[in-house]
Amino acid sequence: MKYETVIGLEVHAQLKTKSKIFCGCPTDFGGAPNDHVCPVCLGMPGVLPVLNKRVVEFAIKTGIALNCEIAHTTKFDRKNYFYPDLPKDYQISQYDQPICNTGHLTIKGRKIRIHRAHLEEDAGKLVHAGAAGLHGSDYSLVDYNRTGVPLLEIVSEPDIESPEEARQYLTELRNILRYIDVCDGNLEEGSFRCDANVSLRPEGQKELGTKVEIKNMNSFRAVQRALQYEIERQIIALDKGERIAQETRLWNEATGDTHPMRSKEEAHDYRYFPEPDLVPLVIDRNWVSEIEKTLPELPESRRRRYVDEQGLSADDALVLTESFELANFFDSTLKLGAPAKQISNFLLGPITAYLNEEKLELAQTKVTPENMRDLVGAVTSNVLSSTTAKQVLTELLQNGGSVKDIIDKKGLAQISDEAGLKDIVSKVLADNPSQVEEFRSGKTKVRQFFLGETMKATKGKANPQVINKLLDELLA
Amino acid sequence: MTISIKEVEHVAKLARLALTDEEKKLYCEQLGKIIAFFDQLKSIDTTGLEPLAHPLPLVNVLRQDEIVPPLGHDALLENAPDKEKGYFRVPKIGE
Repeated sequence: MKYETVIGLEVHAQLKTKSKIFCGCPTDFGGAPNDHVCPVCLGMPGVLPVLNKRVVEFAIKTGIALNCEIAHTTKFDRKNYFYPDLPKDYQISQYDQPICNTGHLTIKGRKIRIHRAHLEEDAGKLVHAGAAGLHGSDYSLVDYNRTGVPLLEIVSEPDIESPEEARQYLTELRNILRYIDVCDGNLEEGSFRCDANVSLRPEGQKELGTKVEIKNMNSFRAVQRALQYEIERQIIALDKGERIAQETRLWNEATGDTHPMRSKEEAHDYRYFPEPDLVPLVIDRNWVSEIEKTLPELPESRRRRYVDEQGLSADDALVLTESFELANFFDSTLKLGAPAKQISNFLLGPITAYLNEEKLELAQTKVTPENMRDLVGAVTSNVLSSTTAKQVLTELLQNGGSVKDIIDKKGLAQISDEAGLKDIVSKVLADNPSQVEEFRSGKTKVRQFFLGETMKATKGKANPQVINKLLDELLA
Repeated sequence: MTISIKEVEHVAKLARLALTDEEKKLYCEQLGKIIAFFDQLKSIDTTGLEPLAHPLPLVNVLRQDEIVPPLGHDALLENAPDKEKGYFRVPKIGE
């Protein structure tokens, strides 16, 4: 039978505040165990949580960027469960009045709806002694440094149709969060975490199938692989007439499969009730519009601009906007009047390759938007060949400077002087009589060899158009 | 009775309380009375009233995003019944 895949994603984004959501402890990753904790985040008797204003601002900012409705009144609730990573035995979260409701983001022209986004506190970290994992350890050690770190849980509607689309959604969401500077989106450090809900239904059926929740995916690729595996598992089961159990399964990166998580007894009976230690939050519309003014242009809008106004391909525009830094650099270069296509080619080609190879961010290199305008200018006016342009670029990335100085200093200016090049081409032909013979007997491909030899002789500085012209003359 | 023994057992389990049969019966009675009291409250007509999330006439109590240097793990672990290398130590989790 043919099935339709229905995927919904839940993302926990750590908000980039200095201090925790309800106390003044630092949120930095790492630190010696339990050095970023205080009586409030440890849930000691008699303490009172006080909400961090910036957390609220970041949530509103995210809501605006995701086209959400920002709640007029919102409140916090207690979600009750026992686990040693939760010192209070309840998590402060938001149950029925989340700060953000019904939004959407757009990937490849398709709208993926956001169901809601709500604030909550993170839990601590367990270290299981005497074993690699939870099972088989004799006791556990708890580090509460993460406890109380602010999280925004962003829940999509089940609008995602494939593992690839799930990856695109996550990439776009993470980009948006980085553009608006509320989350650093670091999966390894856990500042951007994703759980997936996936179900299948026979094509054409309206009702959703039984959904399975998948956890423990630490990269976008893992999300894609886990979903792919889970879809295949469910197809096999459904084809055999089996029922899908509604359960939580854990992705195992090493074995590439999912397995059911031991069900927490009496799971999902969280007995939510309003947090009496926190008063409600009333969000004035002026506050929302103040925050709205601080938003930069978002990836979707930039992509449209790059394609419609600058004539870039949709793919190039997508890759450029996947990095806020690259997109900003590109925009600065455009403002200087540089041609979009050539700049984009440099950014996506040699510059990206260099950054990947050296494991650097663009900001860690020395190249400036002015440099790129001059570099592209030098290529357009035939001062540099594409080969020498790359040499100049490497110098710019490593040491900076001005394009003109580097060309002068390294003697890289392209040789377009016909008289000078004629001697070199003539010498190449004289040094290779057998190839000339081949050419004359009809093997016209040998022409590339002459071009290559001339380039070699000039260290890549010869203007290929001039060489071709000379070859036409001398081989005629 | 407005609450069954089964429900008392369920709630006790969620709260990690071990109850004797006598206690279950006792709480069944007492919780039943509390729930009956809420039923009485429910009989009041509240049409047109906003639900109250908090009894205090306060909203938007916020703090600035500033770090208050923590005390360090030695001080915070002082009362911990069990600890190891700066961690809280807890019994084996799960079955």
